[in-house]
Amino acid sequence: MTEKNTLIEKTDICVIGAGHAGCEAALAAARLGLDTVIFTVSVESIALMPCNPNIGGSSKGHIVREVDALGGEMGKNIDKTFIQSKMLNTSKGPAVHSLRAQADKADYSKRMRMTLEEQDHLTIKQAEVCELLWEDEPVKRITGVRTYTGTTYLCKAVVICSGTYLNARCLTGEAITYTGPNGLMAATHLSDSLKEMGISLRRFKTGTPARMDGRSLDYSKMEIQNGDERIVPFSFSTDPDSVQKDQVPCYLTYTNEETHKIIRENLDRSPLFAGVIEGTGPRYCPSIEDKVVKFPDKKRHQIFIEPEGLSTNEMYLSGMSSSLPEDVQVRMYRTVPGLENCKIVKNAYAIEYDCIDPNQLYATLRFKNVEGLYAAGQFNGSSGYEEAAGQGIIAGINAAMSVLGKEEIVLDRSQAYIGVLIDDLVTKENFEPYRMMTSRAEYRLLLRQDNADRRLRKIGHDVGLVSDEEYDAYLKKEELIDKEIDRIKNVYLGAAKENQDILAGMDSAPISKSTSLAELICRPELDYRKVALLDPERPDLPDAVIDQVEIEIKYEGYIERALRQVKQFKKMEQKLIPEDINYDDVESLRIEARQKLKALRPVSVGQASRISGVSPADISVLLVYLSSR
Amino acid sequence: MINDTIAAIATPAGNSGIGIIRVSGEDAKAVVDRIFVDPKNVHILSSMESHTIRYGFLLDGEDTVDEVMVSFFKGPKSFTAEDTVEINCHGGAFVLNKALELVLKNGARLALPGEFTKRAFLNGRIDLSKAEAVMDVIASDSEISLKNSLFQLRGSVFLKIKELRDDILHEIAYIESALDDPEHISFDDHKEEFEKKLNESLNAVDEMIVSSDNGRIIKDGIRTVIAGKPNAGKSSLLNLFSGSDRAIVTDIAGTTRDIIEERIKLDDITLCLTDTAGIRQTDDPVESIGVNRARQYLDNADLILFVVDSSVALDENDLEIKDLLKGKKSIVLYNKSDLEPVVSIEDIRALIPDACVIRTSALSGDGYEEFKNAVKDMFIKGNIDVGNEIIITNLRHKEALKEASDSLKNVKDSLDNSLPEDFYTVDLMNAYLFLGSIIGEEVDDDLVNKIFSEFCMGK
Repeated sequence: MTEKNTLIEKTDICVIGAGHAGCEAALAAARLGLDTVIFTVSVESIALMPCNPNIGGSSKGHIVREVDALGGEMGKNIDKTFIQSKMLNTSKGPAVHSLRAQADKADYSKRMRMTLEEQDHLTIKQAEVCELLWEDEPVKRITGVRTYTGTTYLCKAVVICSGTYLNARCLTGEAITYTGPNGLMAATHLSDSLKEMGISLRRFKTGTPARMDGRSLDYSKMEIQNGDERIVPFSFSTDPDSVQKDQVPCYLTYTNEETHKIIRENLDRSPLFAGVIEGTGPRYCPSIEDKVVKFPDKKRHQIFIEPEGLSTNEMYLSGMSSSLPEDVQVRMYRTVPGLENCKIVKNAYAIEYDCIDPNQLYATLRFKNVEGLYAAGQFNGSSGYEEAAGQGIIAGINAAMSVLGKEEIVLDRSQAYIGVLIDDLVTKENFEPYRMMTSRAEYRLLLRQDNADRRLRKIGHDVGLVSDEEYDAYLKKEELIDKEIDRIKNVYLGAAKENQDILAGMDSAPISKSTSLAELICRPELDYRKVALLDPERPDLPDAVIDQVEIEIKYEGYIERALRQVKQFKKMEQKLIPEDINYDDVESLRIEARQKLKALRPVSVGQASRISGVSPADISVLLVYLSSR
Repeated sequence: MINDTIAAIATPAGNSGIGIIRVSGEDAKAVVDRIFVDPKNVHILSSMESHTIRYGFLLDGEDTVDEVMVSFFKGPKSFTAEDTVEINCHGGAFVLNKALELVLKNGARLALPGEFTKRAFLNGRIDLSKAEAVMDVIASDSEISLKNSLFQLRGSVFLKIKELRDDILHEIAYIESALDDPEHISFDDHKEEFEKKLNESLNAVDEMIVSSDNGRIIKDGIRTVIAGKPNAGKSSLLNLFSGSDRAIVTDIAGTTRDIIEERIKLDDITLCLTDTAGIRQTDDPVESIGVNRARQYLDNADLILFVVDSSVALDENDLEIKDLLKGKKSIVLYNKSDLEPVVSIEDIRALIPDACVIRTSALSGDGYEEFKNAVKDMFIKGNIDVGNEIIITNLRHKEALKEASDSLKNVKDSLDNSLPEDFYTVDLMNAYLFLGSIIGEEVDDDLVNKIFSEFCMGK
């Protein structure tokens, strides 16, 4: 760092990092009218997708919808740049339907960069932030950042979204480079500044498979994987008709015993197994060597071959990430049908990086010990573009709210997957990069991708990120849904012969007494669209409205049960614990519980109850203590 | 959770003369009203004034469970400051537990350790300065309860529950991993197997619930009823076995009008011995109550001791008792064997072909050893093998098992209604948690760990 540069700039908010978290955070802050600078080590890497070429997927698709409902950008951006789209789990219940789109990576990056560039109040700055500036009195509070070139940016809030760049190193067998993802420059100074502030760091690891030259692959030996016929957009603001377009296929092939043999024979050269890697890796996207070792009985593993975009012939090998040396990679990949003559453009690698234990954060994503300092994305120990974006928009909103002197927002576990994600991060023990899973959401029947707008549009509008126009469109949709539900609950059919014939034609039992359309829709073999023949008065409604009507009617009993559980849950969330509580005064707490509570300082009794090591009896004790104060 | 209705036995364990079941919460009155009637068979609780007490019966459907006094305390003038009903039962662990189960069946939830005290405190009934003490009560009650609970769990039960939990968690993990990674893992091929496994788990849980009755035999003793026509010598035999003079013994037929419960140890098993009013037709209203209750006791008994007065001819009373023995374990006590016999052992065998007959004399003490051995043969070596069975002895465990069973039945319903498998997991998880509450295990990251350790996920 140069000492001679005395340039000082002033702004409201600094966002460190321009990945998926940083972009959402910076856009949210700027859109709320605050002057914002977003720092990136390279403007070419704005909204970079350094791993899989898709957005969404099981439960992640839900998060994208939620970001969109709050007024974020990810959904809109992927709607403009996808090259294939698929709704997953359509044969399952509505709660687990999940949208996933293959992205044109370069286009995705480019369009997001354009959005940032066009945003008022937002400045892009290519610079490495090396130092955080703060004051200790009267309370520890962030005052600015300093870059590698010595310029100081004074500001009122900082959002750290450094992804996998902090002290990053990449490993391909014996070859180690001290770079960030995709060969980009790592950020090597900020970690020290964080430690100096009293923030503790840990080391995580993740990995990515090789990219192949598409011309070297033989697709005739693979199964083709097409997108859906009717494409559903991610964004509630995107007109569904505008996204119906030609799609690019993916392909499916498999590893075999020969592949596994090569891997087994070379495990000693894998940095993962040789103990060179110290960081903890995610279990849900294991490297191929992990899979072969952990599941020795599996004769083959699926490999999806996915295009990286329209302007490149690079193909991504989903399911075969690895940190084996290059020569082993080539031999291993070439045993897979269709990959016999493959040429690797980019080697697979593992990456290690510094991140924080997110228990140091409030659910607002602000550091508990530093006012004005927020964090989001992989820096918080999560993983995935969507998880990053979900935290990014919340951190951005709250940084802005703190500057504006307004109340910060927290989504709870009954409101959004984003709420589950952040609560898990800030409350639970977390030993690996955190990935969202549908099983993590206890109220998932309520947290569907189709109703993200019903859950969050109002919050987005109240905050100021959802425009009046978008909000009016949402209100109109709500009205249509309510009216239609009311209508079909009140349209009754008699036992007339033509009705019975139509029912018989759908293998459904005849009706014996006057029956409402709603009751018919509840039958397992029927649904809203199927009973159209019995419903001549039906208005013409958009698919998104029909889906809501159908789900609300068909699963009414289950939804009501979930709502009752939420009511119980909220009671405990609303019992707040005063910040100045001294757990040493609560003598009846068990020692383990007291230590955990002291360390984590939960904001509510509900949050306290989710800390591992705090028992129901400890919670009772806590309740008694709180009411005696 | 604050206002739901809770119930528990409020008196210390043991065979005190009277046991109290306390019911507290919004629905306390409604819950007990469903099962309590006055002697005219009228449900009177809803019209009871606060701080009054009434006499009547606890009914389980048609059956009378106990003769009780019920008092009602309207909140906030009660211990917990909530509407509270107290049921004063006749002592005896068995009757008390049965009454509590009945209350739970009718809408109350079993109170957590220290919960009455906690509510009393939170509702302002206990002085703020006592907060410290209240917290201690909650903490120590929880600890004691957990210790007791684990102590009462036999190793075999512990293992069985662990195994069941593991099976259930595996199924949840299967479903969830397929939902999370539908392109790598498919649940469809597993559906038939799943249904089979579900039924197995459900059966196992239900069997454990049934076994709680055998568990009770170990913990609370073998429910034994002495039956016989008036003046056959039942009470004096009871005195002989128990070595006390609790029952009133006279020579006037019909002097035992109350039900007397006595626990006697026969080496390592306990008989929970009840003397009943002699079974006979009667017009005396007080005695007829006793006779009816005696019949109910016979229905619930594990073992019936049929006392035959060998000095008097068999009559229709004996024939009636004989009919009540059907399908029950029984021992015929050929009593007053020191007197000149009018009835022979052969006569008894003619009446009850497979009868186990033992000569007894309350006067000389003859037959005690033989009797003891017969009981042990019947319950230990014999037909009920209490040694290896999965046995549940704790009511809290039983309640948790019932909840687990209900949750698994919900999964079955979802299956029957062709709902997709993501609807199963909430109920499966509930079953898993209820089972976990028995062995004191929390869920936390179990599921995620299971998913990753057993299913090969992802990109």
